[in-house]
Amino acid sequence: MEKTIAGKTITVNEEGYLTDFSQWDEKVGEEIAKEASISLTPRHWEVLKYLQNEQKNQVALSIRRIGKSGLVDIKEFYALFPNAPLKTATKIAGIPKPASCI
Amino acid sequence: MNENKGAIKKMMIILSKATIENVYAAFVLANGARMEGIESEIFFTFFGLEAVHKKKLDNLHVATVGNPAMHIPTMLGGLPGMEALATSMMKKEMEKIDMPEIPEFLDILSASGVKMWACKLAFDMFHYKKEDLYEGVNDIITVGDFYKKSEGEGVHMLFI
Repeated sequence: MEKTIAGKTITVNEEGYLTDFSQWDEKVGEEIAKEASISLTPRHWEVLKYLQNEQKNQVALSIRRIGKSGLVDIKEFYALFPNAPLKTATKIAGIPKPASCI
Repeated sequence: MNENKGAIKKMMIILSKATIENVYAAFVLANGARMEGIESEIFFTFFGLEAVHKKKLDNLHVATVGNPAMHIPTMLGGLPGMEALATSMMKKEMEKIDMPEIPEFLDILSASGVKMWACKLAFDMFHYKKEDLYEGVNDIITVGDFYKKSEGEGVHMLFI
């Protein structure tokens, strides 16, 4: 389905995740973050860039892996993206929702 | 059950067993809840307390006797070394699917905001001391305390 985010027409799935990363830009990310009541700080962006990079390298994302990233620990990750951090952060980053239980 | 379309807000998990498959079930469910933005708490009671006993938590075993899903005859399951063998095989498979070992899993739960409670009755019965317990355990509480913490909308309770 299509949705207007930050003035652009973006294709998203039924849960609101972008289906085409090439449509993503930082403005789109900020808008999705706002919907989740998160205002993005430079620290958020560091984590979001890390997630995008992992996705590009086809690494399966999980909370455990975030904890071992060396960038952010699990506690801070939950503090940055409260309520379902991995789901929220990947949505803001414009990448697919991880299918991970851990 | 009908408030907020039945949305789950908090999972209260009671872990009463120390066999590794049951401990993992509790941990995966507790962690999975936090990943979805659902609060979760674990009440460790009876043998489940071993999962937060510092000297025992790293030596939990798979049950090879009385566990039909093992697909080995019960008499073989009771042979010396069988539990250790089955456990090490299972741990290898778990590492492959990125499943952390128990000590690391406890740290993940603690960092994710899972509250952990030790059952006072079991704690007294096994003569444990406070310093025996994993640091992430919030407190030693009674059943009544646990029920009190379970009050509210959208709270579900699960016995393992």
